[in-house]
Parts: sequence; C-alpha cells; structure tokens
Amino acid sequence: MATTDFATRPVPQVLAHEVHAERTRARWIDWLTTTDHKKIGIMYIVSSFAFFLIGGIEALLMRVQLAVPNNNFLTPEHFNELFTLHGTTMIFLFVVPIMAGFANYFLPLMIGARDMAFPRLNALSLWLLLFGGIVFYASLLWQPPEAGWFSYTPLSNEMYTPSGGQDAWIFLIHITGISSLVGAVNFYATIVNMRAPGMGWGRLPLFVWTILIYALLLILALPVIAGAVTMLLTDRHFGTHFFDPTEGGSPVLWQHLFWFFGHPEVYIMILPGFGIVSEVLPVFARKPIFGYKAVAASTAVIAFLAALVWAHHMFSVPVPTVVLGFFMLSSFLIAVPTGVKIFNWIATLWRGSIVTASPLYFAAGFIAIFVIGGITGIFLAVFPVDWQLTDTYFVVAHFHYVLMGGAVFTIFCGLYYWYPKMTGRLCSEPLAKASFWVMFVGFNMTFLVQHAAGLSGMPRRVYQYPADAGLTLYNQISTVGSFVLGVGILMSVWNFVRSWKTGAVAGPDPWKGNTLEWFTQSPPPVNNFDEIPRVRSVEPMKDIRRQVERQSGIEHDQVTQPSTTA
Amino acid sequence: MSDQARKQAKARRDGALSDPIFRSGAPGASLRRNVDRIRAALRPETASIRRRAVAALLLATIGSLVFASGAFADFFTPESGGSPNADQIDSLYKIILYIAIVVFVVVEGALFYSLWRFRAKKGAVAAQIHGNTRLEISWTVGAALILVALAAVTFSKLSSIQDPPNSDPDGLELADGVLTASVDMPRPPNGRALVICVSGRQYIWRYTYGADCRRNPFGLVYSYEEMVVPAKTTVVLDIEATDVIHSWWIPKLGGKFDAVPGYKNYTWFKAPKAGETYVGQCAELCGRNHADMTARVRVVTPDEYTAWLDQQRRDIADADRQVQELRRELFSDGDLN
Ligand code: HEM
Ligand SMILES: [Cu+2]
Ligand SMILES: [Cu+2]
Repeated sequence: MATTDFATRPVPQVLAHEVHAERTRARWIDWLTTTDHKKIGIMYIVSSFAFFLIGGIEALLMRVQLAVPNNNFLTPEHFNELFTLHGTTMIFLFVVPIMAGFANYFLPLMIGARDMAFPRLNALSLWLLLFGGIVFYASLLWQPPEAGWFSYTPLSNEMYTPSGGQDAWIFLIHITGISSLVGAVNFYATIVNMRAPGMGWGRLPLFVWTILIYALLLILALPVIAGAVTMLLTDRHFGTHFFDPTEGGSPVLWQHLFWFFGHPEVYIMILPGFGIVSEVLPVFARKPIFGYKAVAASTAVIAFLAALVWAHHMFSVPVPTVVLGFFMLSSFLIAVPTGVKIFNWIATLWRGSIVTASPLYFAAGFIAIFVIGGITGIFLAVFPVDWQLTDTYFVVAHFHYVLMGGAVFTIFCGLYYWYPKMTGRLCSEPLAKASFWVMFVGFNMTFLVQHAAGLSGMPRRVYQYPADAGLTLYNQISTVGSFVLGVGILMSVWNFVRSWKTGAVAGPDPWKGNTLEWFTQSPPPVNNFDEIPRVRSVEPMKDIRRQVERQSGIEHDQVTQPSTTA
Repeated sequence: MSDQARKQAKARRDGALSDPIFRSGAPGASLRRNVDRIRAALRPETASIRRRAVAALLLATIGSLVFASGAFADFFTPESGGSPNADQIDSLYKIILYIAIVVFVVVEGALFYSLWRFRAKKGAVAAQIHGNTRLEISWTVGAALILVALAAVTFSKLSSIQDPPNSDPDGLELADGVLTASVDMPRPPNGRALVICVSGRQYIWRYTYGADCRRNPFGLVYSYEEMVVPAKTTVVLDIEATDVIHSWWIPKLGGKFDAVPGYKNYTWFKAPKAGETYVGQCAELCGRNHADMTARVRVVTPDEYTAWLDQQRRDIADADRQVQELRRELFSDGDLN
C-alpha cells in the first residue's frame, strides 16, 4: 500500500472561473459602495483590528501607571477613562465585530453561497459599526466616559457622571447594537436558506454552527441592553427614575438587565472562536473532528444556558441565598458543555498526524490558555469564594484568560488560517511561530500573577496601590509581560502587512482544508463559485479530493484508510 | 480495506514492525536481528513511553499537590486569619484548588502529550476516528460528577460562612436578646451580637456603633475610616450606601458585600485577638477616588473597646458643643443669620 505523505501528495487544483466586472469607478468608491460580502468582511476585520490596537495602547498606558506603587503617571480621572475605553473597545469594537468579519467573509464560502442573504443590510452593519466607533472615540476630544464598561448606576447617572462621555457610551451601545442585530439576522437568514445542495444540518461546518448560535444569542441579548441603555438615557436627561434609589428606582435592576445581556455577550465573543478552532484542528491533525455532534450540540446547549447564569456577576449584591445557589448551579452546568468541547478538541489531536503550522500553534495555545480561564471560572461560580474574588485582579486575570486567550488567540488562529484565502499569499511561518511564542509567554506573564495580586487584596479599577501591600512585584511582572505581549502582537501585524504583497503565492488550498472556501481561488472571485458542488459529508473538500484522485488514478492511503466510527 | 492492511498501518504507527524479509533464515539475518534488537533497545517501545508518561503525569500531580499545600498555598489562596468566615472561605477555596490542580494537570498534560506524540512524522497516518459515544458520555458524566461534588461541599460549608456564631465567653458583654433593627439581619444563635452600621459614600466609610444604628442613629457613637471592635465578639455589619454603590471588603475578615443605595446588606466577623489591625478598601468602582476609599478595622480588648466608646462619645459631644458655641458666636456677631 502506497503511503504518500500529505506534503508531497498532489493537490487537485479545482478552480472557479473569475468574472471580471468592468471597472468604471475609482477603487476607493468601489470599497465604499460595495455589497460584496468579501470586501465587507475585510473592512470589518481591518477596522476592528485597528480598534484592537487602540485598545491595546490604552491597556499599556494603564500597565505603565501600575508598574510602580503610588505612581502619578496618570490622574485617577484618566485611569478611569482608560479602562472604560479599553473594555468597551475590546468588547464592542473588536471581538464581536471581528467575529462578524470572519463570518461575513467565510460563512457564504463555507456553505457554498454566492453572497449573504441581504447584501445591502450587510453593508449597513459595517458602516453603522464604524460610525458608532468614530462617534464614541470623538468623545476623546471632550470628555470620555469613565464609569467602566458596565456603567453601574447610580454612578453613571447624570448626578455623578454629568459628562457627555457617558452619553457617547450609550450611543455606542445603541449603534453597534443595531449593527450587530442587523448582522445577526443576516447570518441567520443566510445559514438557514442558502446552503449548498446536500448540506443538511448534520453537514454544516462547525464554524457555521457557532455563527448560527452567535446570531441567535445576539438576537436574544441585544434588545435587553438596548432597552436598558435607553432607560439610562431617559434617567439622565428626561426625568425618569428607573435606576434612581432616591425616587424609588433600583440600581440593582440595571445590573440584572446589564448582565442578562452581559453574560450571553461573553459567549457571543467566544463561540465563534470555538468554531474557528473546531475547523482548524481537524485540518492540521489530518483527522476528522472528534464527536461532530457533541461539539455542535454543546454549542447549542451553551447558548441556552448562557441566558440562565447572569447573576453570577452579582454575588456580592444583596440577594437571597436561594438565588445565589441557583446561579452557582447554573454556572456549574454551563461548565460541562464547555469542558466537553475541550475534551473533543484534544481527542481530535489524539492519534492524528499533526502538521505544526502557525494556525495549529494558535489553536493549541488557545486550548492551553482557555483551560486556565475555565478553571478559574469555577472558583468564581462558587459564591462564597466569589465573595473574596469578585471585583479583584483575580477576576481581571480570569476574564483576560477567557477573552484574550479564548478570543484573541482564536482570532489570530483564524487570521493565519484564512489569510492565504483572503489575500492569495502565505504569511511567513517562522515569523508567525516566533510571534506566537512571544505572545504566549507575554500573555501568561501579564495575567498569571494577577490572580495572586487579587488574592492578596488588590481590587480592580484602582489607579494606585500602596507600596507596603506586597503587590509591587506582581504588578511589575505584569507590566513587563504586557509589553512582551505587545511586541508579539506587532510581530504578527508586521507579518500580515509584509506578506500582503511579498508572501509566497498560496494557491486555492494551501492547508488541504476540509470546507468549501478552499474549493475556489484565493482570493475568491466576485461570484465565489462557478459551480456549487453537492455536499456529501462534513468535509466536502476531502470528498472532492478523493474523487479527483480516483478519477486521475492517484492512489492514496487516505482513500482506503479504514474509518472507525462508533 | 483488508484486516491485514489495517494491522500493518497500526504496526507502522507503533514503530514495532521491522521488515519481515529479515526475519527469515536468509544470509545475514542474524546480524540484522541483532541490529534490530539494539535499535529496539535504543528506541524505547511505545508501551513503555506511555507507561512513563502516565508515571510522569502522576508524579507531576502529586508534586504539585504537595507544593500547593506548602508554600504555594499562601501565595495562591485568599487572605484569611481575621475571622472564622474568612478561614472557612479559604478552606473551601483550597478544596477547589486541589481539584483544579488535578484537572489542570490532566487536561494540559493530555493536550501537550498529544501535540508532542502525534506530530506529523514521515509515514505516520492519522487514525480516521469520528468519535466514540461511550467515551464522550463518560467524560461528560465525569465532569458533571466533579461539579456535583463541589456543590455538595459548598452547601455543607455554607452555614459556617454565612451564619454568625456566638461570641466567646470572654468577648464583650452584650445585653440579653438585643432587638436588632431588622428581621433579616443575621444573628448568632443566642441573639447577642455587636451591631455596627457601615455606610459608604464618596469616598469614605462611616461606622455607627449600636443595635439601632439604622433606624435611630442619633446620639450613637460614630467614626470614619477606622472601625474599632472588641476581640472574640461577634460583630454584625449592616451595610448601606448614601450615593453610589460601594463594596465593603476587609480581605482577612471575609468576603465583599456591596453597599447599594436603597438596599440592605449584611455580613459579620469575629476577630480572634486584640492588637491586630486589618486593612481593606472599597471594591466597587465609585468614582475618581475609588482607590483612596480605604478602611481599617482595629481589634482591641473588650475593656479597651468600652473605654474607646466612652472617649469617642465625649469627643463627639465636645466637638458638637464647640460647633454650637461657634454658631452662637457667629450668630450674635451677625455673621450668620
Ligand atoms: C492586549 C493585552 C491586554 C492588556 C495588557 C490588558 C490590560 C488591562 C488592564 C490593565 C485593565 C484594567 C484593569 C483594572 O484596572 O481593573 C483591563 C481591563 C479590561 N480588559 Fe483588558 N487587556 C488586554 C486585552 C484585552 C482584551 C483582548 C479584552 C477583551 C476582549 C479585554 C477586556 C477587558 C475588559 C472588559 C476590562 C474591564 C474594563 C472595566 O473594568 O470596565 N482586555 N485590561
Ligand atoms: Cu457571566
Ligand atoms: Cu469605591
């Protein structure tokens, strides 16, 4: 039996024919007026990545302030503004939209569609996002918001935060909310209606599954936050008292509304990343995903449970013990499907033949980091323990392990995996791997010690700490780590920029992918596919390759390899 | 695909198969066999690799457990030592920590082992496994069982964290069955506790001493920032805020309790010995000077406490008198109408 190595085996070159639209306008007008899901996807990705870099600069400024005790590099006012801008930017202008960017570009390609269901609505989502982001950042010229990314009332009421920055924050939530909502409806409609022939629900790529759930969660959660910030707006300017305790309103109501949105938001940020990893691992392990059904089903279960755990953010608020117990148990419950995914990913690697390319590095790094974030999440779910941990640096460490590890590493994984498809060029692999290691070390250095800082009594959102509190060393390690992390990120940025023009030509399918985006040219033509193939499994490209091999007479062990299904 | 081919594929993966031609009695075979044997000795067999990996994993687990319960424990666990509830939280935390370390080592170990063991090698073929329902069900159930155990431990420890105990016999003498201001305030079994109202405002904590402090604070002793309490006495805190949300937190005395305007929140502590001062600070963002909203709890003997209370009462009365005199003077001078 011939054993042809994957690396040397000829890849069937299946090409779609490119349609050239006649160029009548300037290129930039093309970009401004486009309704092509790929152009919109790229604009989404590039602009939200720019916001990521801005948020990163804000983070580094805070880390400089915290490098030594009693530092006066920043005023308390500026520090509060920075963490508010940073948190809001990272969540609303980076992670959520960049996932929408990936979905825009790849969802139609993966399901064999020629565009999104509503191309013009799609353009609207993008421009609303940019508009919201720019207006939000315009508040820098006056007075940025300073009540934190969850803007608790009464602090965010007009009496305690009179500045227009708070209104800019409300505006941002509204506008990006509409943008995401419109996008979510579009993703949902596209997935439900525009799949390739033969692509039943059991053959939907796992990334598409997670985008489906992402869309459903957005549709569930966004109206709640939209209502809440509208109430805040009327409280601030039009004389209502929803959250004003002096007039019979309730500050705790704000917290319930906010977190009923806020917790699903966490999964909105993380699920698409799970999807990317679920695509990347099988491709690079040369092995089908372990337990496709369990991975898809656990996504749906997580979405359902995500709506039942919000009050675990409110364990120190006066609420009855039964409520505390309920939310502890529901949070435990959501840990189960999340754990199941991790086991499935590791089992996917098990007995594979792992090609150690850069996307795999980031996928594996993601699992390694996310496990820690998941474990510290269990500590926080145990409410008596949370009484010690909440609102400290332990929580800061926890959510950065989940978001930075969970979302950012999967985003980099996706960027490296799909960069050849989007640009037609390969990135430099040695630089990508070097960037990974620098990021991985920098990340752990920044955030691991923060657990200890929190346990030693350092609350979050403090602009200074005293010299005698035993916190100095932790903070110094953390600050140095954040700059290492920053260097690692810049190495990848440089890699992306440089490879745009000079990278090796990728061809349609450099990784030997499993899903249909690899069936067409890189970058794909305007109409994506000339012919849409019939889908026979979760891995249509494997079937196509096999068929081409059979027809062209190249025998390969892949073709005759036994498949042990249980 | 034949059975034999499958076996071959497996054998190739395990690196256990040498070319059968050399096993025959052909010339040179014995030499070949020797070379093979030496090679096999140099290249440890897969089975023993696996055994060694398991042993290493176990060792790492035990090692980190020992490490964790020693020096590690103080640096990676919450503050405690000022009150039984803080100690109970600390011990609950440690139980979770031990389970967490095992889970961490097993999961990360499996991840790195498979990344290292199954990286692409020449001739290696990935096993085309799609899943294994029994395995998947068992790890789902396994994860759930760990969490059920954790929930059971938490609920069994809950009352020692939430419910205040009686004061020690040599604590502060309190009147019998003091009626406290609220029915939902936690009380020790004998009903006797020292009640202090804690009120947060931008950016200072105010303490009012006395059972009726919420309903009728007038005439009661109060202090700012530093709370003075008797040792060995159960102190119940009635926490509120007058402007924005703050959060009461002295790490060595237990968890955080938010001071929310319009709501009541309660906690308690019982400091074991006099002479200690515990520090903490507001833990909920309350504005620009949130970082400066510190709090201290100074523990004194019951006698010292009574003396301090009297002194503080006199000081407050003196200050009041001085203010009154000043007002009267200003008034008669016509500066204040
Ligand atoms: C690039 C590396 C990053 C560094 C060095 C960093 C650093 C920080 C720092 C110093 C704070 C303030 C902590 C405090 O004072 O309480 C913070 C808060 C926060 N960060 Fe990051 N961060 C990074 C990336 C991210 C990412 C990628 C996300 C989300 C996807 C994120 C989300 C947040 C949020 C939500 C907050 C809380 C803001 C608030 O308290 O209102 N961060 N981060
Ligand atoms: Cu949550
Ligand atoms: Cu505060």
